[in-house]
Amino acid sequence: MNQLLVRTDKCVGCKSCELACSVAHSRSKNLFGAFSGGERPVRRVTVETNGERSINMPIQCRHCREPKCVSACMSGAMYLDPETGLVLNRTEKCVGCWMCVMVCPYGTIVPSEEHKVAVKCDQCLSEGHHPACVQSCPTRALSFVPISDFDKTVKKAFLSKFISGEEV
Amino acid sequence: MNYEKLTIDPAAGQMLGKARKDQVETVWDRFEAQQPQCGFGLLGLCCRHCNQGPCRIDPFGEGPKYGICGADADLIVARNLLRQVAAGAAAHVDHAYEAIEALKKAAEEKAPYTVKDPAKLKKVAAKLGLVTEGKNDLDLAKEVVDIAFGDFGNHTGAPMKWLTATAPAERVETWEKLGVLPRNPDREIREAMHQTTMGMDADPVNLILSTVKQGLVDAYAGLHLATDLQDILFGTPAPVATEANLGVLKEDYVNIIVHGHEPMLSEKIVEWSKKLEDEARVQGAKGIQLAGICCTGNETLMRQGIPIATNFLAQELAIITGAVDAMVVDVQCIMPSLARVAACYHTKIFTTMPIVKMPGAEHVDFSLPEADRKAEEIVRKGIENFRRRDQSRVDIPDVKTKMLGGFSVEAIVGALAKLDPENPLKPLVDNIINGNILGAVGTVGCNNAKVVHDSFHVTMVKELLKHNVLVVTTGCSAQALAKAGLMVPEATEKYAGDTLKAVLRAVGQGAGLNAPLPPVLHMGSCVDNSRIGDLLSALAAYLNVPIKALPVAASAPEHQHEKALSIGTWAVSLGLLTHLGVVPQVLGGRKVAEILTGETAENLLGGRFYVETDPVKAAHGLVNHIKAKRRALGI
Repeated sequence: MNQLLVRTDKCVGCKSCELACSVAHSRSKNLFGAFSGGERPVRRVTVETNGERSINMPIQCRHCREPKCVSACMSGAMYLDPETGLVLNRTEKCVGCWMCVMVCPYGTIVPSEEHKVAVKCDQCLSEGHHPACVQSCPTRALSFVPISDFDKTVKKAFLSKFISGEEV
Repeated sequence: MNYEKLTIDPAAGQMLGKARKDQVETVWDRFEAQQPQCGFGLLGLCCRHCNQGPCRIDPFGEGPKYGICGADADLIVARNLLRQVAAGAAAHVDHAYEAIEALKKAAEEKAPYTVKDPAKLKKVAAKLGLVTEGKNDLDLAKEVVDIAFGDFGNHTGAPMKWLTATAPAERVETWEKLGVLPRNPDREIREAMHQTTMGMDADPVNLILSTVKQGLVDAYAGLHLATDLQDILFGTPAPVATEANLGVLKEDYVNIIVHGHEPMLSEKIVEWSKKLEDEARVQGAKGIQLAGICCTGNETLMRQGIPIATNFLAQELAIITGAVDAMVVDVQCIMPSLARVAACYHTKIFTTMPIVKMPGAEHVDFSLPEADRKAEEIVRKGIENFRRRDQSRVDIPDVKTKMLGGFSVEAIVGALAKLDPENPLKPLVDNIINGNILGAVGTVGCNNAKVVHDSFHVTMVKELLKHNVLVVTTGCSAQALAKAGLMVPEATEKYAGDTLKAVLRAVGQGAGLNAPLPPVLHMGSCVDNSRIGDLLSALAAYLNVPIKALPVAASAPEHQHEKALSIGTWAVSLGLLTHLGVVPQVLGGRKVAEILTGETAENLLGGRFYVETDPVKAAHGLVNHIKAKRRALGI
């Protein structure tokens, strides 16, 4: 199963992923169209930085195995989809109580002011499961890969640094 | 190779296959690598004018609405646009300045140039209000030079003389009322830089007015000035038959390409290529084949009949033929990748201007007084390089089209005068009034990697011709249309609507062509958009209406350069509906976009921008505009 993973050292904070997310979740699916049409699509990812401005990181739903948002959801809208492993929101059931927003440890559930429902990352399931944020990232800081591939590349990077005696 | 998604030009397509085989990166590969492009930039919502930034505005309203300084989306977009248009104007003004210097040195006999077209000199001098009688050419040229330089040294509030002398009075009055008449080109460009720096103008509307002013700077201290002086120096173009596309290169010839925008050096390259043909033969070549790319190519085409190799987007592909021994570049639209591409072959790139150098290219320091020596040096080096060519790597596409060029206003009026010597414009105007010619569209400008190479120019123009709209063209648009075979008499038979066809047949017969006039008239380089302006002025004057009332429009179907924006701004300022086939980076400022494309521009100037990214829809939009103008005129 692919995961949305971030190499924070590569994130330059351009916010391209934020725009791409908004466009992917707009009606027209097109930057010019969404903007000209006056749409207000909600982005599911935001690029955050620490107090020292030394680390940038696009943050979106981590799709937890034991999602607090699902436990807290009183209407049964939020659920863990067993097939895809994604935490998804049935917006037709969502009553906009924002319990999920309160309990999410990552702060990645966004209240849609327009529709009064909770909005969150669905890994662009409706767009063929090709996350727009990953496709838009100019530095490839975001990737959508099996977790084993990601830690393999980290191990390799560590090894080459270790061999060359660089600080790791 | 399946190239239809990249270009409609079969020669370019074939060379893209060779590029892949030879593993040479081209503009299309780099475009792919840049995808997706930054949405903030696409909307014009990014500002880097001060070091508190970069700032960007969230177009969807969730994130920041203001930059750190407090600028909102409209202000950021308007500032960016003014800087872009000022940069475009600067390019043309710098070009024109070089032409003044050339005429000055010619008049002082300090450079190997002369007044080649005394009639044009007298015409220009008369427009400037100079007494022409009893003066020899060089003295008169000096007086013209003084007026041209005078605009650059104008420290009063009076408008530029070149503008008031060459623009229609109705327009000058309109621009004066709006307070946008430029005084001194250098001052206006400086002022635009000042106006857009941190903590200056915070009014998008005021910034747009300054943008209009930059359009006028471009038109009258750039385009018009350059065309006028270049015609004086090198001759006013007359109809000429030549060819276009990479097939003009020859396997057994020394192939030299001139590329860029100015005729000062390239005219000399033409001369020396003829003089040194024997040396080429000594090297085993059959002779020297010259060809042009971009507007240097248009300049040498219009006046010397030198064929066109290709246009902007395919400049690298010319080198990929493996047959180019020298590519001489001057200024503007020269891809920085050329030296990298040339390094894969034997081709030598010669840069010639102090402000255009390129690692990997050979720099020959061109100067006006030494023009002959420098041109001779470059041609000779091209000939020497012929020996280094690896013929096994040469593949010249067998693709070229015949074409007619050289349609200056003088040439068009000349052709029409054969039908009616008293009133040369009458046959044209009569046919516009009776509807045989529905109207006219000028297609200008660039190629853009965002568009399938040449496709917008060609598809839109074919659609316009079908609706009996006459097309005049310049720049890379002209080259696209030439390559597509639209500049030959047969194109009239094939593409023009019935009534347009009948008119073009009659004009062609009357002008002694023995065939129809082509439906698309090549009027020159990008600075020669001034010729289109002059033609419109003449038509408007003949009909006694302002230009904004004419059933005409302008279009930059595949524009990429800042120069296209400044020319487009002028076109709107002239009162023309000006179509853009690629969305400009202004959409993020709703108010700004609305002013430029809506009623505000139309009410103030008579023209407005019109953005449509589908070529057929764009053609229909232009046709509808033309029909509306006809209705308003009661014709």
